Amino acid sequence: MLQRTIPIAILCLSGVIMIVAYFVSFAVSWSETVNVWFNILSAVAFVLGAGNLLAVNLEKISSRRPGWAYAAITLVSFFFMLVVGLLKLGAVPDPKNPLIHFAGDYETSASPYGWMYEYVFSPLTSTMFGLLAFYVASAAFRAFRAKNVESILLLGTAFIILIAQTAAGMFLTGWIPQDSVFAVLRFDSLKVGITEHIQTAGMRAITIGIALGVAATSLRLILGIDKSYLSKN
Amino acid sequence: MTTTQHNAGGSAGGSSFLARLGNLDRRWIFLAMGLSIAVPTLLKLRFPEYPSPMSKATFDAVESIPEGAPVLLSFDYDPASAAELQPMARALVHHCASRHQKLVFMALWPLGKQQADKTIETVLKPFHPEYKEGVDYVQLGYQSGNEGVIKLMATNIPAQYPTDASGAALKDLPLVAGMRDLSSFKLIASISAGYPGAKEWVQYANGPMPDAFKVVGGSTGVQVSQLLPYYPHQMEGMLVAVKGAAEYEMLVEAKYPIAQPEVIGQGRVRMGPQLVAHLLMIGLIVLGNIAMVAGRSRGGAR
Repeated sequence: MLQRTIPIAILCLSGVIMIVAYFVSFAVSWSETVNVWFNILSAVAFVLGAGNLLAVNLEKISSRRPGWAYAAITLVSFFFMLVVGLLKLGAVPDPKNPLIHFAGDYETSASPYGWMYEYVFSPLTSTMFGLLAFYVASAAFRAFRAKNVESILLLGTAFIILIAQTAAGMFLTGWIPQDSVFAVLRFDSLKVGITEHIQTAGMRAITIGIALGVAATSLRLILGIDKSYLSKN
Repeated sequence: MTTTQHNAGGSAGGSSFLARLGNLDRRWIFLAMGLSIAVPTLLKLRFPEYPSPMSKATFDAVESIPEGAPVLLSFDYDPASAAELQPMARALVHHCASRHQKLVFMALWPLGKQQADKTIETVLKPFHPEYKEGVDYVQLGYQSGNEGVIKLMATNIPAQYPTDASGAALKDLPLVAGMRDLSSFKLIASISAGYPGAKEWVQYANGPMPDAFKVVGGSTGVQVSQLLPYYPHQMEGMLVAVKGAAEYEMLVEAKYPIAQPEVIGQGRVRMGPQLVAHLLMIGLIVLGNIAMVAGRSRGGAR
């Protein structure tokens, strides 16, 4: 019973404090304490994440599932960066405290940790992001078809935004005077019309809907009606 | 073969070719995309940019705060999005430093601190050597907690950041020693690639104290639709993707020239490949649709 009652009590108390602190100034220091706890728990989540990474990848390696070699590379990389970072191996000595190893700078690219970040991690993640351009182009060629009215509208919007996001937009329609009645046909005007009016109106509706949903869910959690976040055990 | 038969055969051949285009090997598309990015990059193609209202608003927001006033710069992205966001970060730091704003760097993303460090090393130290750490700028670094960090900073900065990134106590750093909460800043700028980022700064910082400071944001192209509802009231300015960065660079460089223009010209450099890649995308989509129509007409003829 305590396994369920205590978490619900903590959640309820924290939620009420955060709400009260928004309106009553004397409760602000209480909400700060709750926030500090929250941020510490967020840091602990990193440890849980590391544990999960270990569990998932070790299981993959031990059962020799397809791609287990990648799991091994993940674990080797993980432990390498963990050890080098925690022990500050190869850190550049601090000029003020040259004899204190842990005062050294380990984030500079002159140290192994910084070098790995700068010349391995950073290019790899950028490459992963860059590869999207190739797959988006291929997918657009195969899937972006004007099959019905909705897809034609989507296609037209995409063309306008794609052109307006480059100098081609101004090259093609920049000659239309901004103060003329035809100014709405300029690509930059069309983009503003689409993004700031049509898109914003839709997003505002979605945002308001989400906000109402969050408020309702929060109330259900605070009042102990929704207990789905608790373990079934 | 009669003339009519010949024409019909030729037409069918053309239609067949177009229909087969629909099954084009994707490696050709990858090659075309690779060339469309590589060639303009190698040729250093540059095109003129015309500032959009959002970029102008961002520039004006920075210009509107008193010179020397403190500015909080939150680097809420990692190297994956650096190609899109780092150019605007550089331009923003140069803009603020040219106006002698006091700069406080921080990050809501674990690797945002490294991106802020890069900006300090490439823009602040070489081109604004008068900036002294602790006095004119402070690097607070990363703290876990996502929007919880913003919420706590809104009422108590020292509780969230007892020290800066190097471990120096905030009370020993002249710039931040007297700062109690976020109302100490005149401007908050979040350059973000997602959650947590500019949206959370609007919700948890601007929400409780809407008149205390201005908020501007820089965002990736895919995230911008989430931020649009907050512009221009809660968020006074917004830099959208590489184009936003290129436009902002132009505005900043026009008023605050820099010794090495390429340092805050990376956004404009990237607009060349973007133009060619976008035109290729349009071409591919048109080609794909022609292939679809050709395939249908062939099917109908049979």
